[in-house]
Amino acid sequence: MRERNPNADAIMAMLPLLPATFHILVALADEDRHGYAIIQDVAARTDGSIRLSPGTLYRSIQRMLEDGLIVETDERPSPEDDDERRRYYRLTTLGTAVAKAEAARLMDLVRMARARGLAPRKV
Amino acid sequence: MYRWLLRLYPASFRNEYGREMATAFARERRDTRTALGMAALWLRVIADTCVNAAGIHWDILRQDLRYTLRTLRRTPAFALTAVTVVALGIGATTAAFSLADFVLIRPLPFPEADRLVRFSEERPGFPRMELAPSNYRDLKQMATSFEALGAYRGLSVNLVGARQPLRLQGAAMTADVLAALAVRPMMGRPFTAADDVAGAPATALVSYALWQQEFGGDASIVGRPVRLDGEVYTVIGVMPRDFNFPSRGAQLWTAMRFVPADFVDRNNNYLQGIARLRRDVSVDAARTEMSMLAGRLQQPYPKENEQTGVSVIRLRDGVSQQSRTLLVALFGAAVCVLLIACANLTNLLLARAIVRRREMAVRIALGAGRERVLRQLLTESLVVTGAGGVLGLALAAATLPILSRLVPTALPIAETPSMDVRVVGFAMALTMVTGVAFGIVPLLQHHRDRASEGLREGARSGGSGREGMRGALVVAEITASVVLLVMCGLLLRALWTIQAIDPGFRLEHTLTARTSLPMPKYETLGARTGFYDGVLSEIRALRGVSSAAYISFLPLGDMRGGIFPVGISGHVESRREDNVAFLRYVTPGFFQTLGIPILQGRDVRDADHLDGPPVAIVSASFVTQFLPGQEALGRRFNFAAANREIVGVVADVKMRGLTRVSEPQVYIPHRQLPDRTYEWFAPKDLAVRATGDPLALVSAVRAIVQRADAEVPLSDIQTLEQLVDGDLASRVTQLRVLGAFAGVALVLGGIGIHGLLAFAVSARVREIGIRMALGARRADVVAMIAKRSLSLSAVGVGAGIVLAYTSGRWLQSLLVGVSPADGMAFAVAAALAAATAIAGSLRPALRAARVDPVTVIRLE
Repeated sequence: MRERNPNADAIMAMLPLLPATFHILVALADEDRHGYAIIQDVAARTDGSIRLSPGTLYRSIQRMLEDGLIVETDERPSPEDDDERRRYYRLTTLGTAVAKAEAARLMDLVRMARARGLAPRKV
Repeated sequence: MYRWLLRLYPASFRNEYGREMATAFARERRDTRTALGMAALWLRVIADTCVNAAGIHWDILRQDLRYTLRTLRRTPAFALTAVTVVALGIGATTAAFSLADFVLIRPLPFPEADRLVRFSEERPGFPRMELAPSNYRDLKQMATSFEALGAYRGLSVNLVGARQPLRLQGAAMTADVLAALAVRPMMGRPFTAADDVAGAPATALVSYALWQQEFGGDASIVGRPVRLDGEVYTVIGVMPRDFNFPSRGAQLWTAMRFVPADFVDRNNNYLQGIARLRRDVSVDAARTEMSMLAGRLQQPYPKENEQTGVSVIRLRDGVSQQSRTLLVALFGAAVCVLLIACANLTNLLLARAIVRRREMAVRIALGAGRERVLRQLLTESLVVTGAGGVLGLALAAATLPILSRLVPTALPIAETPSMDVRVVGFAMALTMVTGVAFGIVPLLQHHRDRASEGLREGARSGGSGREGMRGALVVAEITASVVLLVMCGLLLRALWTIQAIDPGFRLEHTLTARTSLPMPKYETLGARTGFYDGVLSEIRALRGVSSAAYISFLPLGDMRGGIFPVGISGHVESRREDNVAFLRYVTPGFFQTLGIPILQGRDVRDADHLDGPPVAIVSASFVTQFLPGQEALGRRFNFAAANREIVGVVADVKMRGLTRVSEPQVYIPHRQLPDRTYEWFAPKDLAVRATGDPLALVSAVRAIVQRADAEVPLSDIQTLEQLVDGDLASRVTQLRVLGAFAGVALVLGGIGIHGLLAFAVSARVREIGIRMALGARRADVVAMIAKRSLSLSAVGVGAGIVLAYTSGRWLQSLLVGVSPADGMAFAVAAALAAATAIAGSLRPALRAARVDPVTVIRLE
């Protein structure tokens, strides 16, 4: 079962996430990234089938910043290929919690589909 | 290219992310190798930008709306005042615009209405005189400027049906009239040339309203016979619902059937001409042709057609100059109200902006960006004006039926102005402009303050420089309300002046009604005399009746009579401006019934018969004009086809309107109206003088008329007072509307001055407290506030008086001799405006007086 945290209601109110939002959260799960790196990560993980456009990306980022899912960070992870003007984004605790909650929600859906034979037993 | 696309995003977003987006896009482009791929990339980017830019704008709008609604809920007094102020301004302007648009601008409800013209004869002194049938026939034969050209005359007939006989208004028209108007019946067929021929079966078209009310909307009406004035007509069709030709409320149309006798007299003018211009002919060209043809007609008929031209005007231009002035004045007044409302709104927003300066400064300091703050303010202003606009539109829609009295009856349009897309568009545009223009004002304010200053000063200071601007706005409001008040005052004085005019007859205790005698049943004197004698003797015998009589047309009624040339030498003369008099036939006792003094000689008598010598009673103005300084009694003159002897002179009465001069009148005994002649002049208006309430006699009179002839309808029942009031109705409405505008303006002005001073006091509480601690008395503080209020109103009133004087001169045509500089109107307007200013400053002054110096200083 999912753990209940004090903001459970606030988290649940954000679900379901837009696909772009979920992809950005996933992209930032292992390290801080700048905008273009997010686009590349999403494309790589989906074998190029999802390519976020700059407009969609930054519109999502703006909203996620306002909702407190991500923050801008001043730390530069890889100084050698860093560009001064670039902004890096990092998941917040809330962002992590929301991503987990969304993943759990999706898993629940898959489990239900599997029970009725709509999805393979195990991959 | 991409940078240009980025412009579609809100500036705040672009500033934040634009550069990174451009970088990301540049990389994508670098990674794309093929031309096809490049094209696909561009397509994707354009679509992406459109979707996301719209989305972000929408996000911001939603945020701003949420924020606006929250702040407005926190300040309900502001929200309510602002919305009301806007609603009044937009409502007044929209209502006035729909009326002016309806009467003056909108095309008449006919296809290609700009090609429709009215034409008439033009003689010295009579710029638009009806046409004689022979002149109409000749002009029609020769004219080449028109696609169709027809003639009509007003018609009023009795319809005898199952219920009480009905008096119907409409027109008799030639077949070409409907062709010229390009209107077809909604059911049945229009008139054709075959209907116009003498001896053709009588045919009639009925209005939609008549069809619904009297025939229950029965579809089998076409082909059904109806009895009109005793003659059987066949209904050939029903006209569309919005067909109001020749004027509003027309119920019935018959085919005009000329007989050869109609073409004999070129001085018997009773036709109105209407025509549709050919596509390639202008009004001016048609005018030139018609003048030329009129000139040609003078040669064979030098006497009858002496100095006779033809006037051609657009059907649309049939609105009188007075109606036009009235509507423009009304619209001007409405714009005045709107400007006052806008000034008020600006003031409200400014005061609010000053109070919220700290909040704005904080938001800008927090990085919101000026553009975001501007957007927020605009949204707020648009929400307020939008709500006000919707309310104003509803207000305008609700008041339109009241304004319908100002729609001239002479136009072929419906009574109540309808709101169409253009009117709603006008209101919306007005709302938008108001919202944007006046929403920005507080921001200009912000631009002058720097964010940091706002923070440092806090909300304490009122910003004395801004108060100058707000003061100017209040002055403008007072100025505009003074102008409106003066206009109202002038029009009220004009109304009083008219009401004080002596019509020349006694108004009280008199019942009037119309019994139109159907022709040809009453075309002989014998038939008519039987009717009049029977009805009048029975009415005179009623209890509570002191006298009763008949006349062709009552003074100040809807029919203003007909004019004939006066041949004082005893010879027939052609009609000129200065040789005509009005003709009316009367029964004995008419002058006594209306209380018109007989100055010389005698009343008409029953003995004045066709077999005796033709006699006439003339008005004092007749003597002044035609027989100055001479003995009138016994003189003979030629008039309406006979030489008549003057046997009496009566005092003048107002015939064609209280404000017009009393034109020369000739009253002829009704027993000297020959058979089958001047049937239109056969007396039909009844006047009954009562000893008590005249309306108590109605049912008895109705019974008497019905007994005399069940087919004669009793219509237009009213007291003589009501009849005369009808002459003033549009003036009274106009005054009420303008009065309402002035009242609104005054209230808005009061709100404005109250808002300004209330704000000034709360901004200066600290200063006032310190002054009082230093020994200022409460009276001094109140005087300080009062001085401010009085100086503002003094400037406003002064400017208002100057402006009102200038615009009053322009209203002169409506003022019937009241001077546009009427001292009373100006004094009352100035006093009212000053009183409002004082009332508006009362509360702020008292509040200032109640400031407690101890509390204020402790707060420091």
